[in-house]
Amino acid sequence: MATTKLAFIVKSLPYKTEASRLALTHAIASQTVEIYLEDGDLVEPLLAFVGDGVLNCLRNQKAMQHYGITSLEQHLKNALLLDLRVLICKEDVERFGLSEDALIMDAEDIGGETRASIAPFNEIMKEMDSSDHLLFF
Amino acid sequence: MAKLTIGVFSSLVGSLSLDFAVKLSEAAIKKGHSVDFWLSGNATMLSKKGQRSFKDYSALQRSIQDLLTTGKFQITACEACAEARGFHKEDTLEGCKRHSMDWYLASCFSAERVLHIGGD
Repeated sequence: MATTKLAFIVKSLPYKTEASRLALTHAIASQTVEIYLEDGDLVEPLLAFVGDGVLNCLRNQKAMQHYGITSLEQHLKNALLLDLRVLICKEDVERFGLSEDALIMDAEDIGGETRASIAPFNEIMKEMDSSDHLLFF
Repeated sequence: MAKLTIGVFSSLVGSLSLDFAVKLSEAAIKKGHSVDFWLSGNATMLSKKGQRSFKDYSALQRSIQDLLTTGKFQITACEACAEARGFHKEDTLEGCKRHSMDWYLASCFSAERVLHIGGD
């Protein structure tokens, strides 16, 4: 029995490239990885949004209306619904003049119970230090 | 000997990241290590067979085929990323597998080192 902690660090802007979408879809794939693992083995994902990446967490995204594709908001809510840990960098939230009200902090509207956390960068660094592998998007 | 997992997200043409990742794989295998190579996003372009070699563009099909003969190299493309780009199963390079993203995470699980090379 072993657990491998994978930190998905999202620093890319939303929609400009595919990067942040791939971060979310790869992180969510941790929920089906056991089909490849031995019984009891586990992948523990952490999603952290830093730098420009915090803009992926803005509420009320309209990707379906404008581009005809799922929004990153939907993906982020799915991640919360699946109880993934989500951290949003406090300093970068402040740098953009944002507040918690502007951000996707929960997935209550689809039945989720887990909440995202706005965390200082040094806390995110500690999580990165305790991860087995870092995946930057 | 160790297992190295390399995830690449950059396109075959327009970036040299895939060239670097393939050269790193060759070096690792030469040292006796094994390599799992994950292609996602635009990098799935490398999984398409029938690539032509021009001096002005990266051409890695031959290198991948040589790596596959070592028996220490696995290459897998993200199936959804490939399909979204019109790269179907019948278009896939011989020896290249196609799976969903959990394959990559499972490979990371058992890797001694993971090198994740992002896209644009």
